[in-house]
Amino acid sequence: MLRFATWKIVAILSMTAFALLVIVPSLLPPGARAALVDHLPGFVPVRTIVLGLDLQGGSHVLLEVDSNEVIKTEVQNLRDDARRLLREERIPISGGIGLLPRGIQLHVNPEERDKILPKLQQLATPIGNPLLRGSAAQALYVNDMGNGAIQVLVTDAAINDRIRRAVDQSIEVLRRRVDALGTTEPIIERQGNDRILVEVPGLQNPERLKEILGTTAKLEFRLVANPGEDPSNYEMLDQTDQPGKLPVEKQVMVEGEDLTDAQPGFDPRTGEPVVNFRFNIRGGQRFGEVTSENVGRLFAIVLDGKVISAPRILGPITGGSGQISGHFTVESANNLAILLRAGALPAKLTIVEERTIGPGLGEDSIKAGEHAAFVGAGLVLFYMLITYGTFGIFANIALAVHVAFIFAALILLGATLTLPGIAGIVLTIGMAVDSNVLIYERIREENHAGRSIISSLDAGFKRAFATIVDSNVTMFVAAAILYFLGSGPVRGFAVSLGLGIMTSIVTAVTMTRMMIALWYQYARPNKLPI
Amino acid sequence: MKLLRLAPENTKFPFMRFRRVSYPFSAVMSIVSVVLFLTLGMNFGIDFAGGTLMELRAKSGHADIAAVRAEMHKLTSGDVEVQGFGTPSDLIVRFGVRKERAAAQETTVERIEQELGKDYIFRRVEVVGPTVSSELVQSGTLGVVIAIVAVLCYLWFRFEWQFAIGAIIATMHDLLLTVGFFAITRLEFNTTSIAAILTIVGYSLNETVVVLDRIREMLKKYRRMPTDQLIDISVNAVLPRTIMTATTVFLALLSLVVFGGEVIRSFSLAMIWGICVATYSSVFICSPMLIYLGLRNNSAEAPPEPASKEVKPKAATPARPVAVVKKQARA
Repeated sequence: MLRFATWKIVAILSMTAFALLVIVPSLLPPGARAALVDHLPGFVPVRTIVLGLDLQGGSHVLLEVDSNEVIKTEVQNLRDDARRLLREERIPISGGIGLLPRGIQLHVNPEERDKILPKLQQLATPIGNPLLRGSAAQALYVNDMGNGAIQVLVTDAAINDRIRRAVDQSIEVLRRRVDALGTTEPIIERQGNDRILVEVPGLQNPERLKEILGTTAKLEFRLVANPGEDPSNYEMLDQTDQPGKLPVEKQVMVEGEDLTDAQPGFDPRTGEPVVNFRFNIRGGQRFGEVTSENVGRLFAIVLDGKVISAPRILGPITGGSGQISGHFTVESANNLAILLRAGALPAKLTIVEERTIGPGLGEDSIKAGEHAAFVGAGLVLFYMLITYGTFGIFANIALAVHVAFIFAALILLGATLTLPGIAGIVLTIGMAVDSNVLIYERIREENHAGRSIISSLDAGFKRAFATIVDSNVTMFVAAAILYFLGSGPVRGFAVSLGLGIMTSIVTAVTMTRMMIALWYQYARPNKLPI
Repeated sequence: MKLLRLAPENTKFPFMRFRRVSYPFSAVMSIVSVVLFLTLGMNFGIDFAGGTLMELRAKSGHADIAAVRAEMHKLTSGDVEVQGFGTPSDLIVRFGVRKERAAAQETTVERIEQELGKDYIFRRVEVVGPTVSSELVQSGTLGVVIAIVAVLCYLWFRFEWQFAIGAIIATMHDLLLTVGFFAITRLEFNTTSIAAILTIVGYSLNETVVVLDRIREMLKKYRRMPTDQLIDISVNAVLPRTIMTATTVFLALLSLVVFGGEVIRSFSLAMIWGICVATYSSVFICSPMLIYLGLRNNSAEAPPEPASKEVKPKAATPARPVAVVKKQARA
């Protein structure tokens, strides 16, 4: 008990000093922090604690790829491919190609069956990374129904693969879009199979974020149909700025993919906000051809199936650049430019969960949390002091170091501090106090049973330690499972609880023991002060 | 300096005698909790029920609950709940049909923000779609179940199986009563409440482990003492610690309830309840369970009177030769 190796004392003291150094920048006001960074040499990391959205305000949006749409597109592509194949092979079909929920159905002459079946199988596009074709799952399932009827079904593996790819592409597009908003440290990540989590801290305008995330931004330039044209060639589309529908040809002249740049600007004549764009070479050529062939006709600029504007082609546009005007506001022109630059989403995303915390509420939560922490800590410290006297002071020092350790660990790990996380810290304060109480009560008990001071201290620590280990391990098991299974708030709670359990063993047991050993050597008491 | 002692010294309180009261009492409480859960149900927050929650603060003066409610009824169909929240200028609005897609709720939210944005600041807007919320229920329940099973395994490994069973029964008891607490107080049940329940499970296990640990120690020390007497001694020995720790954690939580703000109030209230229940169950539910589970069969039945102590060996002696004979017969 009394022998406490010097290196242990040094280790504990230096750990404490290090922890304090780590948390100092987070305690300073931002101005002082900036000054500190300027005066410190570059190799000293100055990190501050990362606050969760509930504490600093911001938006949390969970988006889901519309799997029905992915299936629909996949089935339509399959039908187009099958039609092309049949045409190439000159195989007549009776009754056209029927669409099924997960595939297509067609009827051929029974003699042609053997010829067409392997060809249909070849329509399957590879699943997964084509460079790693190890476990190539089947993408298509060709089903011979007999009597010349054939079903081609898209497998679950193929659908899941398409959804996964759509999520990957969407994450890229969303990152470009959110970066263009100029916010700090957005989080954009996959969640599960078909979801994307976007967290943007400290955003003042959540409506704009939702607009930017939720828009597919598929831009198309299409001609407006001439009166009397074959109805199968055009479709009626809504217009964004005026009621009524417009007949627009199904054939697409140029697509948004062919844009190289888009910038918001003002129309020099009318002064209204517009979006200026530039085509790549292919798009520019194609646009030039179509405009020179169709002078005098209207062409429609279609965004996500709605006509933004339908200007008249006054002459061939061969410069490779153009302008979209459509009664924009400055903000909507800016948004559209961002969307066009970032590219279109491969599939429609729907918002399944959205949480927006205003910065005012976050500040209030921090204040409330701080207030509660100070009062709670004050009560606990005072209570320990009046119950255990000198030993209470030791426990209180250990408790303060424990809290410093938790915060230092959170900062070093880059973990996020949330409100449930603060609750977890409060609980570990309880656990740390419990460890001290277990030890002290045991020391008292041993002393009352007639042991000498030094032997009571020794037995108290030794016996209580077994209990402390058992109770902490049980708690830690629970915290670990929460971490792996929980999400969001539960996870934040589990992190601070788990960290707190680990640090409390160091502070409440080892550190208290060190302080009591040093105190005993110094004071040489003839009576236990508890 | 005179130090504070909440627990009297060297108590000899016959805790085990109370099991005839505490068991029926806890059984009734557990049944009431289950009935409340099934009939009244939980006041699920939007995390679990799906829907929209908005926290508003009046730009000036007090919030007008009636006016906001009237406005909301104009803008949405279905149930709308408007409540005061903390200060007089704060309001909380909940609405939304479970089956409604989040996207449909989005447009409603936008309309509301336009209408009410003149007089109110939107401090928090949360929209949770129905698929997400049902997944949260699943993962939350799974978390609790797996955590309990894992802890059961640990206790089994560290202690006797009777201890593990006792600890789990006590924990389940605390869990049920906490669920009942949520049902009867109508506190909102959300993901933070899951954290509260898990913390209560953790605290309950901690309390139980501390008591069990001492019982295990006493078992080695007093090999011939009857179980109920032995448990009484153990519980009395850890009593000062139990009172001390419960009071400390209670103080910390009390400050969370009073100063911690509305968002974590339901968490803190549930935790306070949980601490009381966990302390009670570790003493009155878990420990007596060891008597029923027949811990240490050989001496548990021995009555404490010295007279009958003499009877015991007499009864045991004739049994021995029989066992020897059996072994010989087998050989």
